[in-house]
Amino acid sequence: MKFLRDQVDKLKPTFSEGGKLSFLHSTFDAFETFLFVPNHTTKNGSHIRDGIDLKRTMFIVVIAMLPALLFGMWNVGHQQSLALTGTDGDLFNNFWVGLLQTLPIIIVSYAVGLGIEMGFAQFRGHPVNEGFLVTGMLIPLCMPPDVPLWMVGLATAFAVVIGKEVFGGTGMNLLNPALTARMFLYIGYPSSMSGDTVWAALPDGVATVDGYSGATALGNLASATSAGTGWSSDLLAGGSIMPAFWGNIQGSIGETSVVAILIGAVILIAAGVGSWKIMASTFIGGLFMGWIFNISGASGAWMDIPAMYHLIIGGFAFGAVFMATDPVSAAQTETGKWVYGFFIGVITVLIRVFNPGYPEGIMMAILLMNVFAPLIDYYVVQSNIKTRLKRVQV
Amino acid sequence: MGKNVKIKRGMDITLEGQPENTIHSVQAPATFALKPKDFKGLIPKLNVKQGDEVKAGDCLFTDKGDSSICFTSPVSGEVAEIVRGDRRAIMEVKILADSEVSYKPFATSGYAGKSRDEVKALLLEAGFWPFIVQRPFGVIADTDISPKAIHVSGFDSAPLAADLSISLKGEEASLKVGFEVLQMLTDGKVHLNLHADKNADIYSQVTGVEVNTFSGPHPSGLVGLQINKVDPINKGDVVWTLRPQHVAFIGKFFATGNVNLEQTIVAAGSEVNTPAYYKTRVGANIATILDGNLKQENVRVISGNVLTGDRIATDGYLGFSDNQLCIIPEGDQYEMLGWLFPSYPRPTLSPSLPISKFLKKKFKVNTNPHGEPRAYVVTGQYEKVMPMDIMPQQLVKAVMAKDLELMENLGIYEVIEEDMALCEFVCTSKIDVQKVLGEGLQLMAEES
Repeated sequence: MKFLRDQVDKLKPTFSEGGKLSFLHSTFDAFETFLFVPNHTTKNGSHIRDGIDLKRTMFIVVIAMLPALLFGMWNVGHQQSLALTGTDGDLFNNFWVGLLQTLPIIIVSYAVGLGIEMGFAQFRGHPVNEGFLVTGMLIPLCMPPDVPLWMVGLATAFAVVIGKEVFGGTGMNLLNPALTARMFLYIGYPSSMSGDTVWAALPDGVATVDGYSGATALGNLASATSAGTGWSSDLLAGGSIMPAFWGNIQGSIGETSVVAILIGAVILIAAGVGSWKIMASTFIGGLFMGWIFNISGASGAWMDIPAMYHLIIGGFAFGAVFMATDPVSAAQTETGKWVYGFFIGVITVLIRVFNPGYPEGIMMAILLMNVFAPLIDYYVVQSNIKTRLKRVQV
Repeated sequence: MGKNVKIKRGMDITLEGQPENTIHSVQAPATFALKPKDFKGLIPKLNVKQGDEVKAGDCLFTDKGDSSICFTSPVSGEVAEIVRGDRRAIMEVKILADSEVSYKPFATSGYAGKSRDEVKALLLEAGFWPFIVQRPFGVIADTDISPKAIHVSGFDSAPLAADLSISLKGEEASLKVGFEVLQMLTDGKVHLNLHADKNADIYSQVTGVEVNTFSGPHPSGLVGLQINKVDPINKGDVVWTLRPQHVAFIGKFFATGNVNLEQTIVAAGSEVNTPAYYKTRVGANIATILDGNLKQENVRVISGNVLTGDRIATDGYLGFSDNQLCIIPEGDQYEMLGWLFPSYPRPTLSPSLPISKFLKKKFKVNTNPHGEPRAYVVTGQYEKVMPMDIMPQQLVKAVMAKDLELMENLGIYEVIEEDMALCEFVCTSKIDVQKVLGEGLQLMAEES
């Protein structure tokens, strides 16, 4: 440790004011504080401070995403094997194939995002914020495995610059940056983001095995609803809800396995990092709206699917646990969090049922509620203010 | 009947170096000092010059804004030095103390028959007025006002705080007189806020006050919280607060006619050899308490508690209103990957540090902030340690945006810096909440 510290101290003048590389000051600072918690001390005010900081908070979110990521890697290989041979490969091979497919996406996302973040930090003379550690992992997890790398880079750049930095950087953004990236690709390059061909990463020009279908449950349900056919469990992959629960189905890299996502949710809640209120209310909202359609009497695949299934298929669980809980773009008041989450759930199901053009609603729902979150907070704050004013009149 | 209030939100920070229940007498310090900086917004006007002889109770300086408010010498002796800082601002007025304190006599006998103005005049002249803190804004009380109520928190819930049933033992009669005097200053009630379970025998002789009881974690002992729960401050209200030891000073003054500022303070913290109670006076040089009593050199000496106190030198002077010294190690060491693998337990609200949160009972805490300042990201954190009906993060943001109307609407009149000290402690983004709030309070005070 002493040796390492000495090396850092030796390098430090080069990057400090007046040094040759002082234009990289923020970047150096980011690496230095990653290695060593600084020897700063408090001034006046509270002389002692809590052991938690933003680095640790963000790192815990990354850890919480690991189960979904590791499962996703395996699943990418698994889906490729099914598409090419019709049979499952062995565990190690699946994972290896998935790793090779996924790792470049992660590297591109982090390299582009952190590069831009450091540039902005340098330009503004700010320290580099840790927020992108999470965003940089969320972006790959919500991409289809077959997404071209240049798209990942472009979307990440868009998300960081337009989604975040123009608002003033971490803590100031209105929209969830990772979803901004996904939205950018979804609108700009729809054929690479949805449909029947994007969910298995295949080498160029290789044909799939006969009988292979790349359609997801969301796609099936949407087309069944359009065609007027009713709900049946055959619309789900494997004819049952269980594959969607375990996650060995087609979908974006990190979103398929509800089990892996729930492990992440437990980590987030146990560490006090993710808001259980938002997660719970999102699930309650989805369940509630699904149930309303169930009892509405209208018939159709999306109307009649058991309300519980809404929470399991597609990206619902992933969005509720990792995307909706982003504290910056979510509602910031405790009461507001309940309202915010509930409407994400409700709107997700509404979009699924009424808009076959967008088979998945959670992305739209979260971004929409991101926009409304300040309004929700406004009313919660107003009610606090009104209570105070009422006190004067009594 | 008073109210019974149970506080749920809040946090007790348990630290190493809890004081033993013994009272030590140390050699009386050679010098004493009053520090104008101890009073928010005070511009002092000197009444003495270097070399003047003073008695305990003689006016050293007055408030430039209201010259009737005197700041009097805690001891008799010679004005040794007037320490000036930037732009010649007066930092300290030092007194070289006589070996035997002689007091300036005041005609306080028959106080019960005096009028409110006569009592006020005595408090002002003898230098007790600055002990009265006025809310909103936490400034020295306005001399022309009769407050809506006066609140005294009968216990201290801060980390390493003095147990007043020890430090004020024997002051029962003074407290009785002191509370009688307070009742002469207001047409409203005088509230004495006690802990539901702690020993309150020192207040056994006190009469005529409204007794409220509180229980729960810190900040249950902070008077700001107590006011909020008992009779909150609305726009236009003025409430005064005092600490029990200062009420006892006032009581002793009216009983004897002397400005006797002897008090028992606590010196505690992990770096003190003998954390215990010590007899001293207001404004005392603390060197006689700390000489040979420290485990190491690299320490932070805090006059007041670790959450709200002022940093002073090891041979500095006790703050005017403080009855507590905390001595903790400085945290000026690098910690490799400390954000990921903390190398020692530290107090925390976060379950993400499970060993610290759930296993460790007492912490040896230092002054490292454990992270760098960042923009607000995490939400819902301040609320866990803010038991008042106030939205803490929104209020801090309103101050940052200098939105006066929103600050007022969100209840800035009800808080002073100490009320949000725990928010500062728990802040993931390491925002100096008390400093920000202080700027907001100053802004509001200037506007009103």
